[in-house]
Amino acid sequence: MRAADALMESLKAEGVKNAFGIPGGANLPMYDAVVDADFRHVQTRHEQAAGHAAEGYARAGGNVGVAFSTSGPGATNLITAIADAMLDSTPTVFITGQVKSELIGTDGFQEADILGATLPFVKHSFQVTDARQIPDYVHEAFHVASTGRPGPVLLDVPSDFFRADIEYEPRTEPVELPGYKPSTEGNIKQIRIAAKALANARRPIFYTGGGVINGNASEELRELAASDQFPVTSTLMGLGAFPASSDHFLGMLGMHGTFTANMAMDRADLIVAIGARFDDRITGKLDEFAPHAKIIHIDIDPAEISKNVGAHIPIVGDVKQVLPKLTREYRALQTDSGRMEAWWSQLRTWKQEHPLYYEPSTDGEIKPQSMVETLHKVTNGEAIVTSDVGQHQMWAAQYYGFEQPRRWINSGGLGTMGFGLPAAIGAKVACPDELVTCISGDGSLIMNVQELATCVTEKVPVKVFLMNNGYMGMVRQWQQLFWDRRYSGVELGASPDWVKLAEAFGATGLRVEDEADLEDTMRKAVETDGPVLVDIRVTQEENVYPMIAPGNAAREMVEAPGLVR
Amino acid sequence: MEAGTPDLVKLEDLRVPGQLSGRKHILAILVENKPGVLARVAGLFSRRGFNIDTLAVGPTDDPSVSRITLTLDGAVHPIDQVTKQLHKLVNVLKIRDMEPEETVAREMALFKVSAAVENRAEIIQFADIFRAKIVDVARRTMTIEVTGSADKIEAFERMIRPHGLVEMVRTGEIAIARGHE
Repeated sequence: MRAADALMESLKAEGVKNAFGIPGGANLPMYDAVVDADFRHVQTRHEQAAGHAAEGYARAGGNVGVAFSTSGPGATNLITAIADAMLDSTPTVFITGQVKSELIGTDGFQEADILGATLPFVKHSFQVTDARQIPDYVHEAFHVASTGRPGPVLLDVPSDFFRADIEYEPRTEPVELPGYKPSTEGNIKQIRIAAKALANARRPIFYTGGGVINGNASEELRELAASDQFPVTSTLMGLGAFPASSDHFLGMLGMHGTFTANMAMDRADLIVAIGARFDDRITGKLDEFAPHAKIIHIDIDPAEISKNVGAHIPIVGDVKQVLPKLTREYRALQTDSGRMEAWWSQLRTWKQEHPLYYEPSTDGEIKPQSMVETLHKVTNGEAIVTSDVGQHQMWAAQYYGFEQPRRWINSGGLGTMGFGLPAAIGAKVACPDELVTCISGDGSLIMNVQELATCVTEKVPVKVFLMNNGYMGMVRQWQQLFWDRRYSGVELGASPDWVKLAEAFGATGLRVEDEADLEDTMRKAVETDGPVLVDIRVTQEENVYPMIAPGNAAREMVEAPGLVR
Repeated sequence: MEAGTPDLVKLEDLRVPGQLSGRKHILAILVENKPGVLARVAGLFSRRGFNIDTLAVGPTDDPSVSRITLTLDGAVHPIDQVTKQLHKLVNVLKIRDMEPEETVAREMALFKVSAAVENRAEIIQFADIFRAKIVDVARRTMTIEVTGSADKIEAFERMIRPHGLVEMVRTGEIAIARGHE
């Protein structure tokens, strides 16, 4: 069989139903096989977008996302998406064409050492040096990408190997990689010690992250939390694993987290970190992070344990396997349910006195926070929401109120502007029956706005809600607060005309400037067939609060001006 | 009481194990003998900010496996974090943090020293004391091979340097665990 066809068969054997990409010189022979492949190929307009679409696909649907590019610039365009998938642990396989094997190392046309360039950003990578390796490498790539702590895997295939004739048999046997054996079960002795520590904690808190969503352990988390009066906070990446409407939920923590969540971390005597990695946006000043707390750290990646914050009780394992064991062990203990009363009384007081707050609009101006609340209203809180990076991302995380996992898809670790629209395309392809919305900003959206063409031609009806404030808002906020309002490189002016731009691509463009029209316009966008972009003119110089300034401790959090105590 | 776990776990008794050992560590890393593996290991060290003091790579008795021996300073780097990051590389098969008491470690160095005729006797004497070998003699220089611990090589260097050290090359340490009684 031609190796390019064997590659398509191999992808099919791994369960691939959709892939994203762009052809070029080096992967031309592969794209000839794409014509007859048994899965859908979505042609994006930029390789970076193909990569982010693969990420959105993986995050919304839970399956491995796949993106193709050609050699050289096609492959280097993928790098941002690969790095993004690495930092957010997104299971993805990237297949790049490479110049002919005889040209490698000669600086041939469109040659780039993509394997070398991506070494810091991949979970693993394969350089094909013989066409017969392709079926095995594909099988191994999907295994590595999707097991353990998920991540991106790169497969680089020189052009001539696609044309080679190879024997093909579907690979169904389990992958055996001698250097790759993720521990999943969790040490039962450690789990017992953790249960006993929990039983003695008077001020415990669950700090949950993206690992709970990647590990499909949302139900298991809810069960554990229901074992007692355990309060739960979540990272940006973990939102939706625990329902935002629950009384036990304290909101998001970290730089723009709630007062209650951050103060609870500051005062806790026991933190149970579940699939979270103590990122600097969570800890703030490391020396003053959670000064009273002992740490139980549950993670599938042993290298995360004690990397930033020392763990008193480390548990290496898959959260989906560890959490039910911890629940069982905890429930078997005699516990004093009254021991957390004082803690809850404090938490409730904080919640009541320090809610998320913004000054309401008085003159019809649209507050960005109310835009997110209105989106929640018109979508019944059930939409898949992707976002770009910046103020709109934080407001979306704070105000949408995610009830279910895999509904909130954003670039958390790398913070990639331009992620939102292509990720929404991927999410919609993965979940065609769901309403997929993208909350974006005028700084971010334009970075991959060409993908409106993909939405139109590939018939991917995503709804883009653009928070248009005329600035790179988050950078402007930092310049205002920390650089004496010397605005530098953040003003975006009135270009483009977003409605005309949407129409030029063949999408529907809507605009709303008055709060009175907001809900109706958003509802119309949701109800309109096909891709829609809504240009929403929001307050220009609104800031995201609360905020812990970089390098500060949680106690030094600044709350929204105007919040009445 | 559950097997192996304490009956009572008091939060105030919980401790985080120390991160820095404060001594030199020799890591023996078995890796798959495939192209690019050394780049993955070296790249990991540079991007995580770990400094490698010495590095030696070579084949093992199994042709599909190479052995990387590297030394690094446990006073600066948490060795546990280094080994855990290394283990994440799919091509890394096994890592051994060699116990100093149970390890034989050796390094080889070649010293080219300027050796005028009147100094040769003294240089040969130094070489004898260090059980080093003269491996090359030319009109103005002598080349000496020294094998031993890093300390011994450094001591030899201090002795020979006043004679005029022309060039020096060291292999980096390799190490093997001592046999058991």
